[in-house]
Amino acid sequence: MKKTIAMQDLDCANCAAKMEEKISKIEGVRSCTINFMLQRMTLDLYDENIEETLQKIQSAVKKVEPDCKLKI
Amino acid sequence: MSHTKKAFIRICVALGVVIITLILKYTVNLNIWIELGLFAAAYLVAGYDVLWKAATNIAHGKVFDENFLMTIATIGAFAIGEYADAAAVMILYQIGELFQRYAVGKSRKSIAALMDIRPEEVTVVRNGEKITIHPSEISVGEIVVVKAGDKIPLDGVVKSGECNVDTSVITGESLPRHITAGDNVISGCISLDGELYITATGTYDDSTVSKILDLVENASSQKAPAENFITKFSKYYTPIVVILALIVGIIPPLVTGNYTDWSYWNIWLKRAMMFLFVSCPCALVISVPMGFFGGIAAAGKRGILVKGSNYLELLAKVNTVAFDKTGTLTKGNFAIVDVFPPQNRQEVLQLAATAEQHSNHPIALSIAREANADRSAEITEIAGKGLQAKTGEDIILCGNLQLMKDNGISCPETLDGTVVYIGKNGKFVGYIVIADEIKPDAKEAIAELHKLGCKTVMLSGDNDSTAKAVAKTLAIDDYRSELLPQNKVTELQVLKKGNNKVAFVGDGINDAPVLAIADVGIAMGAMGSDAAIETADVVLMRDNPTAISTAKHIAKKTLNIVNENIVVSLIIKLTVLLLTLFGVLDKLMFGLGMIVAILADVGVCVLAILNSMRAMFVKKNI
Repeated sequence: MKKTIAMQDLDCANCAAKMEEKISKIEGVRSCTINFMLQRMTLDLYDENIEETLQKIQSAVKKVEPDCKLKI
Repeated sequence: MSHTKKAFIRICVALGVVIITLILKYTVNLNIWIELGLFAAAYLVAGYDVLWKAATNIAHGKVFDENFLMTIATIGAFAIGEYADAAAVMILYQIGELFQRYAVGKSRKSIAALMDIRPEEVTVVRNGEKITIHPSEISVGEIVVVKAGDKIPLDGVVKSGECNVDTSVITGESLPRHITAGDNVISGCISLDGELYITATGTYDDSTVSKILDLVENASSQKAPAENFITKFSKYYTPIVVILALIVGIIPPLVTGNYTDWSYWNIWLKRAMMFLFVSCPCALVISVPMGFFGGIAAAGKRGILVKGSNYLELLAKVNTVAFDKTGTLTKGNFAIVDVFPPQNRQEVLQLAATAEQHSNHPIALSIAREANADRSAEITEIAGKGLQAKTGEDIILCGNLQLMKDNGISCPETLDGTVVYIGKNGKFVGYIVIADEIKPDAKEAIAELHKLGCKTVMLSGDNDSTAKAVAKTLAIDDYRSELLPQNKVTELQVLKKGNNKVAFVGDGINDAPVLAIADVGIAMGAMGSDAAIETADVVLMRDNPTAISTAKHIAKKTLNIVNENIVVSLIIKLTVLLLTLFGVLDKLMFGLGMIVAILADVGVCVLAILNSMRAMFVKKNI
């Protein structure tokens, strides 16, 4: 399933790159790209346990940049 | 209160406290503990979030980020009694961060403005009533009302009303287009002066404007080599600098045997801290993708859709541009360019129109537009040669040179383009030269490409004399003629030999294999053609050849900016690292040395961001 999520307070491009890398490794994520300029994350997820996967993605984002929020 | 505003107030308060404390320190004899207390307060106001982030990051097992570096450096400064410097460094760091955030926010806003081409709400007529809804709720066949000044939300056909529309957002064409009932309209265009009732022919998601936005927004997922280089580079750069800093901080005091002397440790620890400051690669990591994105957005605004930063980088490196002829450099119509003899123009055309009146060939159609046929004529076809028409006593022959020779009519031969000869009752009357019209700006486009250092080649399926004439008129460097589609592929492979980077420009209809094999495939006049948008790497919404040179220009400018950023940031950082290592910065006060180090970090970052923003702006007429 493809999903686009808006992000808030994404301040650092290096962090965006780190998030991309971390999230791509999460189980249930096929691919993840973050557009720093548009503050938007484009996800391609496997259809099982989407809720759980999104939880994991959210905590991965928090770990890299605590101020950054996902508008799911 | 917004993030930025809060940060600004904190910086002002902290700065105020530091200044007051400094004044007190040098006017009245301030108690050392009060001084420490005041500076520590300013330090905490300015930097509590940095300390907090550093702590949580360590808890997550992540060290070596900028918060950690700042914390270590400033606490170090407190430990050696440089209270004012510690507070000042923290405040400076926050000012730098604020600037950086402001610059990013600014450029995000300008990009959003570039891409604000999709309306948020729209009026439709349902059950005879006008209601306002989101465009995604419209289904095919519904009637949409677009008032003067509104953006057209979906592709459709005008049911009633007429007005001028500004298509510049989609096509880059600045002249407004007049449309009336029955015309097709494209989403994203703006009605300038009248109300339109439009029947939607597709949904919002399928609309041209949605597809364009989708392309531009997702373009950054196809990363350019320069971007990949930066990502890889920053992965190794920071750890290497941190390790170097550790070495700088520890080895010299140990090696020189001065390890019992605390002040000696002090000097090298300071140098190590400055080393750490410079180690953040943010300037590169932000500015490189930002430059590419700005370039893509600038191109998009001129009706040039680039599908990824990698194609923008390739386009900048292209040194050979190959063109398809028909539909790319020429209009693909058949126009009468010459009638011989000129004084009998009307007669020649009228006879030709009479002979060709039943033909559907494009040549016949263009003649029919120029003169009225004699409908009573009896027409016979002479296969492969032309036509014969009988009107009353007259016998008119109309066709190629062979037809004239067969009937014993002598006539002057001409070589340019396609020629239709006309004879009447065994005598030569005249001929008509038909040619594909060259697009008005094709010559300018070729000249621009030459100026940008590109070789131009035309690959044509047409006969040699026609191709030669077009190549000569346009001053194209080289041409190949009579090529079948598969021959074009072979020719392109020949052009690619050596280290040549080749772009191919075609109309996207039967050029798909050539577009695919070129380093950069450019499809032209792609409005509404999904196939072309699919296969090409760069899509030109308008069909004017100057868009090619514009695209090349934008690509070149973008790549220059990106390279400037990479080179300048690295040089500045390297210089500061070396200056630190050889102790040049120690001669400045501790605080000033730190300021230089911070400038090498955030200062360079802000500079690079500002430079990247230039990619978004392209001069009007290039």
